[in-house]
Amino acid sequence: MRLKELESLMQDIAPFEEPKVELEQYPTGPHIAARMLYTVGNSFDEFDGQTVIDLGCGTAMLSIGAAMLGAQHVLGVDLDDDALRIAQQNVDEYEEALPIDFLRCDVRQVALQGRLKADTVVMNPPFGTRRKGADMEFLRAAFQLSRNSVYSLHKSSTREFIQRLAERELRATSAEVLAQLRYDLPASYKFHKQKSKDIEVDLWRFEVPPQTDS
Amino acid sequence: MRLLCHNMLQCHIKGVVNGYPLKIEAEKVETRETDYEPDFLRHIFPRIQWDALREAAAAMGVDDLPESVSEEMLEDESFLKQFHHALLEVHLEQGALVCPETGRKFVVSDGIPNLLLREDEC
Repeated sequence: MRLKELESLMQDIAPFEEPKVELEQYPTGPHIAARMLYTVGNSFDEFDGQTVIDLGCGTAMLSIGAAMLGAQHVLGVDLDDDALRIAQQNVDEYEEALPIDFLRCDVRQVALQGRLKADTVVMNPPFGTRRKGADMEFLRAAFQLSRNSVYSLHKSSTREFIQRLAERELRATSAEVLAQLRYDLPASYKFHKQKSKDIEVDLWRFEVPPQTDS
Repeated sequence: MRLLCHNMLQCHIKGVVNGYPLKIEAEKVETRETDYEPDFLRHIFPRIQWDALREAAAAMGVDDLPESVSEEMLEDESFLKQFHHALLEVHLEQGALVCPETGRKFVVSDGIPNLLLREDEC
């Protein structure tokens, strides 16, 4: 699938009805989602025939994209019931049954789900601006849930910190910024004074350390 | 929820030792046809806990899975089709996943299991 087609596919996916501030439910822009999916699917070929976990899946934009690019099973994980309801509706829009399941779970509670794993984890985590460290919790969880690689978006201002966390604490085999993207954050919430604000985010790819099968 | 998903879940309440596999209480089960991909079945097979899948399938009304399996069976098309059906085509829409140790029920509603723990459970 071409980047343009992917982007228009992403445009059709319903966003959050009422974004929740505390969960930093910014909708992933179609452009960013498409770029991310294209990179995973085309540059690295890590969707086709694989299992995927979309951590903090929201309304399932990345989950649906992964399935469209050949993932054989996608598990969308989110804490929020309202988001999951829309996510399921978005999946049901398609005539054929997409290979996507959803799970309501807290990212801070997945540590004891030792069998829960996928070949690839994709995520657009909260930036940790409302609850400090939320982005790090997602990254830690993603490393546990992945067998091979993790793709994630983080604010460019946290680049050095993420690099250290991935390499020193999480023992990543590799940690690489693939692209810097402009995240057009629409004024979703009342406390956003400007109409919209561009922030710079990094698209990361991490390879998780080799693990023994449970 | 497909049984592939069920096969990866356990009760993650703090202190629980035997939280796997979760027993299925099925209230509503749906079957949806999915493309048959033998290569994927071979890819995923080594990670599947067979007894858990077999027991879960039986709870969903699919009781034709063999008791024991081996790598050689992955060349047998009739087996692969049974495996495909149980793993990917049968969905638990309403019901519960029950911890074998504590009896804690995790509700499955509209196909989505709720594994959120209460504060005193984690």
